[in-house]
Amino acid sequence: MKKWNMIIDVAKCHNCNNCFISTKDEYCGNDHPGYSAAQPDKGHRWVDIERIERGQAPVVEANFRPVMCNHCDNAPCMAASENGAVTKRDDGIVLIDPVKARGQRHLVDACPYNAIYWNEEQQIPQAWIFDAHLLDRGWKKTRLDQVCPTGAIKTVKITDNEMNTLISAENLATLRPELDTKPRVHYKNNHLFDTLFIAGTVVSKTGDNEESVVGASVVAFLDHTVVSSATTDAFGEFKLDRLPMGNTTVIIAISIDSSEVHRCEVSAQESIYLGCISIEQQHQTAHKEKVATIELSQ
Amino acid sequence: MKFSILLFGMVQALKYTAWRHPSFKERLQQKNLTVQIKLQDNSKGRYIVILNGKITSNPGIHPSPDITMFFKNQRIAEKVLTPPIDKGLQVHAAKNFQMGVIGPDELVCWFLQTLTMMETASWQYGEPMGNGETRYVNCTNGGPVHVYVKDDKIVRITPIEFTEKDAKSWSIEARGQAFRPPRQTSAAPYALSWKSMINSEKRNLYPMKRVDFDPNGERNPQNRGESGYERISWDEALDIVASEFKRVKREFGPGAIAVSHGSHHNWGNVGYYLSALIRFFNGVGHTKVVHNPDSWEGWYWGAQHHWGHSMRLGIGEPFGQVEDCLKNAELMVFWSSDPEATNGCYGAYEGTIRRMWAKELGIQMVHIDPHLNHTAAFLGGKWIAPKPGTDPAMAQAICHVWISEGLYDKAFVEKRTTGFNEWAAHILGEDDGIPKTPEWQESETGVPARDVRALAREWGTKRTYLAAGGYGNGFGGACRSATGSQWARMMVIMMAMQGIGKPGVNFGNLQQGAPVDYTFWFPGYAEGGISGDLTNTGAALNTYPRIPHVMSMNPSKQMIPRLKLPDAILNGEAEGYFTDPTSMNGQFLPFKYPAPGHADIQILYKYGGAQIGTMPDSNRWIKMYRSDKLPFVVSQSIWFEGETQFADIILPACTNFERWDIGEWSSAGGYGHQFYSQLNHRVITLQHPCVEPLGESKSDYQIFFELSQRLNLGAYFSEGSTELDWVKRIFDGSDLSDMISWKEFLKKGYFVVPPDEPQARAPTAYRWFNEGRKKDVPEPHPLPGDYGEEFLDGLQTQSGKIEFIPNSLKEVNDPERPPLNRYTPSWEGTRSTELKKRFPLQLLSAHSRYSFHTLGDGKESAINDIRDHRVQINGHYYWVIRINARDAAERNIKTNDIVRLFNERGSVLGAAFVTQRLKPGVVHSYESSAEYEAVGEPGKSCDRGGCVNLLTNNRSQSKRASSMAPNACLIEVERYHEDSEEVA
Repeated sequence: MKKWNMIIDVAKCHNCNNCFISTKDEYCGNDHPGYSAAQPDKGHRWVDIERIERGQAPVVEANFRPVMCNHCDNAPCMAASENGAVTKRDDGIVLIDPVKARGQRHLVDACPYNAIYWNEEQQIPQAWIFDAHLLDRGWKKTRLDQVCPTGAIKTVKITDNEMNTLISAENLATLRPELDTKPRVHYKNNHLFDTLFIAGTVVSKTGDNEESVVGASVVAFLDHTVVSSATTDAFGEFKLDRLPMGNTTVIIAISIDSSEVHRCEVSAQESIYLGCISIEQQHQTAHKEKVATIELSQ
Repeated sequence: MKFSILLFGMVQALKYTAWRHPSFKERLQQKNLTVQIKLQDNSKGRYIVILNGKITSNPGIHPSPDITMFFKNQRIAEKVLTPPIDKGLQVHAAKNFQMGVIGPDELVCWFLQTLTMMETASWQYGEPMGNGETRYVNCTNGGPVHVYVKDDKIVRITPIEFTEKDAKSWSIEARGQAFRPPRQTSAAPYALSWKSMINSEKRNLYPMKRVDFDPNGERNPQNRGESGYERISWDEALDIVASEFKRVKREFGPGAIAVSHGSHHNWGNVGYYLSALIRFFNGVGHTKVVHNPDSWEGWYWGAQHHWGHSMRLGIGEPFGQVEDCLKNAELMVFWSSDPEATNGCYGAYEGTIRRMWAKELGIQMVHIDPHLNHTAAFLGGKWIAPKPGTDPAMAQAICHVWISEGLYDKAFVEKRTTGFNEWAAHILGEDDGIPKTPEWQESETGVPARDVRALAREWGTKRTYLAAGGYGNGFGGACRSATGSQWARMMVIMMAMQGIGKPGVNFGNLQQGAPVDYTFWFPGYAEGGISGDLTNTGAALNTYPRIPHVMSMNPSKQMIPRLKLPDAILNGEAEGYFTDPTSMNGQFLPFKYPAPGHADIQILYKYGGAQIGTMPDSNRWIKMYRSDKLPFVVSQSIWFEGETQFADIILPACTNFERWDIGEWSSAGGYGHQFYSQLNHRVITLQHPCVEPLGESKSDYQIFFELSQRLNLGAYFSEGSTELDWVKRIFDGSDLSDMISWKEFLKKGYFVVPPDEPQARAPTAYRWFNEGRKKDVPEPHPLPGDYGEEFLDGLQTQSGKIEFIPNSLKEVNDPERPPLNRYTPSWEGTRSTELKKRFPLQLLSAHSRYSFHTLGDGKESAINDIRDHRVQINGHYYWVIRINARDAAERNIKTNDIVRLFNERGSVLGAAFVTQRLKPGVVHSYESSAEYEAVGEPGKSCDRGGCVNLLTNNRSQSKRASSMAPNACLIEVERYHEDSEEVA
């Protein structure tokens, strides 16, 4: 049985908001009988875009993640609904019946993803219906992927087995997996939201002349295990990515031509740019013993 | 065919059409009239009587017909009337008095349009989609769209997905991979939000008159912007406007009526300002409010002098750059270039996929911008953030590294440029004792010297594309600041040093230069449309010869530079400089208001979007509107926004979704030659009337038509054509009619122009120049007389080469544009020590990402709900103000706090967004609020609409140019509290 799934690549979302706008276009002012009542013109974000920034100048990222009803296989809204107001279709899509759900405001709170909105005028809970009315009419994809200029959003109709293969092949994640809601919306490159990086610039000084150090190897150790590595670019910059969130303390070692020239301990609660790490040219080989500790928490 | 038979046939055709088509039958019931058709000498004729919808007809001459159509003789009559009707013959006969129609203008127009409806009454358009929905096509600034309509209501607006019947897509082979674009059009957010804009509560649905405006008594101009409006009838509104036209022409003479239009609120070749508006106002006689090249500034007034390209307003050739970059480039340097926000103007997200390919191919990227812009955030790479306005210093330091380390193309410099020795001597400090080293620039720009050295070495050793400005070779950003000319000039100078035109070395950000067909002709919007204006539009080249119509000319020679419109009204004088795409030196000619022998402005006719958001120091506009020096203001506008609230009479226009038009996506004609080169597929659209005009709104064409009838100009203005007739005339005259039948085009609504086969693609830009060959790229410029020696030999400059020290600037001796492009710090920027004590932050007001200037902003548009566009606080949608975390902390500002931006020129409220994406000391916002909402007295109090241009300096980049510099602006920001000091 083929079912609908959504795969969203966080690395490809650049916040154009076409998905947000096209959802408003599709649902505001339009009743789709049997599927959904019209979305109010203001206030609802059936598709929303989460924004985070990582780092500080000059190493800064702006990352974006479209979020919407996850069409969970183990949907908390369904469990909380009364008189069968929330149903799951065979193709995986979860629908809130706009007639049966009238008055069931508690469904808004039942969703751990805050994806259900309350329509005050009509007294109904509402969420993005996966454009089910269009798919049923023969559309091959949702309006979200039709308008996405980067291909960040892909709807696919495949079996659960095929989906599981994709999940492991592409290292896809779901939001709040600990809740065991089994979302049908999957995220690629989710580390851009749920990990942190430590960045810096390796420079060398000869007298007053400061130059970028290109091609230095930079490694982060956590409990003597390498957890991230990078090479400095033409500007001497490195970014040690995919470090765990939380109060992370790592040892950073910088090597030039396989010889370690700098080592320090860094604590970070969020992505940070360490600034310039200066390697004095004449001491490059005899630098190993120098260990600096940089405490950075913001 | 014989005249008598033709006349008999015409009557039969009228009767048949009425029998066959109820709409035509209904039309015949609108008027009772007798029409005489005859030879001029009364020797032959037939008259037609239309009475209560019935047609009768007799041969002979009627004693008192209502209108008379005459022909000079039988030969001409038969030539003109024999089907298929040749519009060219008709226009020729009419122009030369070989035929004519006499009678009341209104009846003449009605009858002529009735004749054309015999053909159009049967036309069917749109495609049924099931579920009661019909799908139409339209076009917008942000892409062509499919429009699904049910019961005269728009259900949805989507991009166009191509079918197998549409032309195939091109493919580019690069580094072992084949790249093909998606089989659909992309769309910008402002294209996808049109439904919300069409149905907006802020639509002008009825003609309105300001309650305390009496054209025959007290006009109360001082209350504009505050007094309310009352609904009036169309007849009353148009009568007032027409009688004011007549009054001021009679009492004051030529030029008393000024016309000020926005650039971009709709799309099409008929309803556009460069079309119907010019046609009408040329018929009336008007003072043109002349646009400056607002997004090209530094390129037009500066860079052009080094390499020509006046036709492209100083920016370069686009050809073949996509393929060359993907195949050959190793590095792309984006300098003040944010195509993911600016969409190449009209190109939606067509270039996005190509930049993703470049990333996939491992092409290294660097982004130079005080703001980590959307393109930088999306593509990644090194971010370098110079202080705003200091970019030219950084560029000079890069040149210093190249010269001192020998990292430039010496052979190219030797053969294809002039003046390098003088330039190099300046960079090395031999003339002024200051070597322009990376260390020298560091104190000016804030960019570490080592970063500049590293960049210069990468650039000097790798095949590099310089992506300058939104378009990749110009447009927006750093060219709109006090140092805008210096910066744009540096961009050309740097490409000259790197040998532009070699494989992998060129301008471009992959936004333009796609391998489309550059030879297929369909008129872009600046090619005149139906204007017939051969002087002020690009009509003369193709539109006029290919689409027969009567030319038009403006008898008034008076002009006002748009940047100084308020000064002209308030102070009675203004001076400006021409934007002249035909030559490099036309820009040196000044023009003055008032022009000798012309009248002071008595009427301002405002058309389209608001300029309070987009023009610098725009409290000037509000003062102008509230002055008694401006006795009458008309606003022909779709929405009640921005400037509309200052009008005496509002004429409600409908959108291009409610009327006929025809237009090619992203084709601007002379305003941006070959702008379609940024598209993956050239798409020409029939713009169907998808729904009936809302309320009593009318199309711009219809408004002008009805006004023209009050001036006895209706037949002249319309040539007896409805909008649909004009659409068909444009279709017939363009290359499109060779490719698709009218019937199919009516139904389907769009056509994809097939791309060239790979071997027939346009050559890569500047390859000819680099290799010393005659120019071989398909652009009709420079003019033959502008080549230095032989036609097609070299560039438009005097020497035909890239001139490091331009000859054209040597001749004019402008101290703000010296021939040697020295670094001169901004007059409102980092070095403004005194001003910075009070206003320490630099405001960047970029082209907006989610709205197209003011289009899509405000007016209840869905765009307002985009978190990065506006933020709703206490029920009001505030404009977003981006501020660096450190600057915010110093001012105790948090995200979503209401903040006040101010300086001596004005005061604006917005919603703070605290970010790491800005260099400290820099505030970023967009230039384009459509809403102006004074907290107190208009023009003298804080604006909570978000028009940050109330704060910008109106000083021109050069006194001898009309060149705005809104990105040179110092402000202070504070958390707003209601007793904040108000600045006017």
